Amino acid sequence: MKPSSATGFTDALALLLAALREIFDESAYTRFLSRTQTVASREAYAAFCREYDAAKARRPRCC
Amino acid sequence: MPKTARILIWILVAMLGALALATIALHRGEQINAMWLVVAAVCTYALGYRFYSKFIAAKVLTLDAQRATPAERLENGRDFVPTNKWVVFGHHFAAIAGPGPLVGPVLAAQFGYLPGTLWILTGAVFGGCVQDFVILLFSVRRDGKSLTEMAREEVGRVGGLVAYVAVISIIVILLGVCALVVVNALKASPWGTFTIAMTIPIALLMGVYLRRLRPGKVLETSALGFVLVMLAIWGGQWVSQTPSVATWFTLSAPFLAILIIIYGFAASALPVWLLLAPRDYLSTFVKLGTIALLALGIVALHPTLHMPPLTRFIDGSGPVFAGNVFPFAFITIACGAISGFHALISSGTTPKLIRRETEARMVGYGAMMAESMVAIMAMIAACVLQPGIYFAINSPAGIVGQAPEAAAATISNWGFPITATEMHSLAQAVGEQTLYNRTGGAPAFAVGMAHIFSHSLGGQALMAIWYHFAIMFEALFILTVLDAGTRVGRFMVQDALGHVWKPLGRTSWYPSILATSGLIVGAWGYFLWQGVRDPLGGINSLWPLFGIANQLLATVAMCVATTIIIKMGKGRYAAVTLVPLVWLVAVTFTASWHKVFDPNPRIGFLSHAAQLASGPVVNARLIFNDRLDTVVTGTLIVMVALILIESSMEWMRVLSGRKQARVKESPFVATQFATEEQG
Repeated sequence: MKPSSATGFTDALALLLAALREIFDESAYTRFLSRTQTVASREAYAAFCREYDAAKARRPRCC
Repeated sequence: MPKTARILIWILVAMLGALALATIALHRGEQINAMWLVVAAVCTYALGYRFYSKFIAAKVLTLDAQRATPAERLENGRDFVPTNKWVVFGHHFAAIAGPGPLVGPVLAAQFGYLPGTLWILTGAVFGGCVQDFVILLFSVRRDGKSLTEMAREEVGRVGGLVAYVAVISIIVILLGVCALVVVNALKASPWGTFTIAMTIPIALLMGVYLRRLRPGKVLETSALGFVLVMLAIWGGQWVSQTPSVATWFTLSAPFLAILIIIYGFAASALPVWLLLAPRDYLSTFVKLGTIALLALGIVALHPTLHMPPLTRFIDGSGPVFAGNVFPFAFITIACGAISGFHALISSGTTPKLIRRETEARMVGYGAMMAESMVAIMAMIAACVLQPGIYFAINSPAGIVGQAPEAAAATISNWGFPITATEMHSLAQAVGEQTLYNRTGGAPAFAVGMAHIFSHSLGGQALMAIWYHFAIMFEALFILTVLDAGTRVGRFMVQDALGHVWKPLGRTSWYPSILATSGLIVGAWGYFLWQGVRDPLGGINSLWPLFGIANQLLATVAMCVATTIIIKMGKGRYAAVTLVPLVWLVAVTFTASWHKVFDPNPRIGFLSHAAQLASGPVVNARLIFNDRLDTVVTGTLIVMVALILIESSMEWMRVLSGRKQARVKESPFVATQFATEEQG
């Protein structure tokens, strides 16, 4: 069994990675694959971009 | 932990914060360490979060852990996705962190570190964090509705229209100012220009890599892009040291402005995946890394602040921008303390990700605290510079003159000694031909950042690399805002024009794309051109205009928030948003009055136009610009007045009982997450 500090560190790293994956839209792509029941491929990513980019382009970037 | 121990800890935090604030506020005539600012900030945020945000959460908003959020009720795996609170926090912070909190505090440092620092801390804790938190929660309770929609539903039709006009105005002015900051940072700088020029093919390459070679591997692609950008910085040094190549990248401000306008137009019309999305990822990657690095650098170096707490320029005679500490310090800091633009993010993507209502506090209030900390770091980066260097970089040629000796003599006469030799050595150390008249805040921030980084890592030898890394970081950041903002503005104009003639509203119809892109780029391009041709550096007139527009949007957000709080039957707590609203109104009205009517030609647009008209050579273009700025400022202030009147009337109707207090929230649905947690 891992000591609690090691578990805490691993959890923190996992959380950081999850945040990065969300910020960089990798999680959104995973959800897209799961929702459309497709596997990762060029075509699937192109379809994801078509769906996602329309919303992304309308999202204001902050000052 | 026992209650007594917790109380003792918070008493200690309060005492430490008070000591740090007293140190930065009361020390005169001797330099202090930057860590006092960090300690004051951390303690203030900790107390604000623990006590004030908890009070708002419990008493004003009555956050309900049992109430399902739209992310849960409307979950569709696309827009509405229940997400871990830390992940939402990171997402929200990445979305709200822009160039404003970096540039604003650097400009406001001309008053000394004290006014800006105090406003960043109090403005954030009582204004910005509150705005972001309440708007986020109100949007969560309305299925993730936008600020404009909430304004229309809760305040009235005028509220919705004002919010729309404010957003468009901010986008146009912001983009003009941002482009000007980039131009001022890159003019006559072959190294910087080469590096930034290279980010365009790098972003295109990333787009193709992401689409064709490694679909969906965004983090990997961003890391690859980052490595390429670092190579571009390294290559930039070679470019700057090779005269035959350097001439290609040594560009004047007007020429750079034209290039940026062309770039903005092209970026708006290109497919999102090809340029916008990869640049956005690259910018976010660099942004998050650099902010973390800067925080570590400040803690590791704990530098001394050379800027005094207050300078003589609090009287309004500042060279960076003219105007008294009130209201101009507050207009200038903008996003580091309170930013109306954040209300758009808080009522955009974020409310659709919040898993539990109670998490809105950490995401809304907490992420703005982090943004405010970035502003404190920018203030530190500006104030670690010798004041003479700071003013030499940030003062326009129209104030200190073109010749290095004359500029150094003028600045030394202000009480901030500097010599032309020192400035020349510094320019050489950072790989530039000159650092004089680099208005806009970005170069001063870059020199400060390079100073902190090079003293923490790599020594003087890496000063030039760090400087250009900082310039690249800011310019990349700003160009991302530029191309994304142009596109957002284009969509807004298309939406509006679609009501006039349907085909114009079709976002895939190329004639409409070209026409509306041209309209938006033309609008911000005009402000950019105006800034580039302005002998006072442009920032003097344009940054306050941006600040006013941004605070106007915050006024709209606070009007909406106050109206909802009153309609919730919580009128006794309305001061939570009403007090910041009154402050914002005081600041925006005073600043606008000064910008239009002040008799000092460096401040007032009309007196400046009159001065130009009575001069030996009448410049009709500059006079027109002043009048245009007057009309823009006047329009913005009429907007503030309109939404204030409409909101106040709504408050009076509800408080007097003439109208039933009823908010337009989505019906209560119990969350399943609570049951899962109990199980």
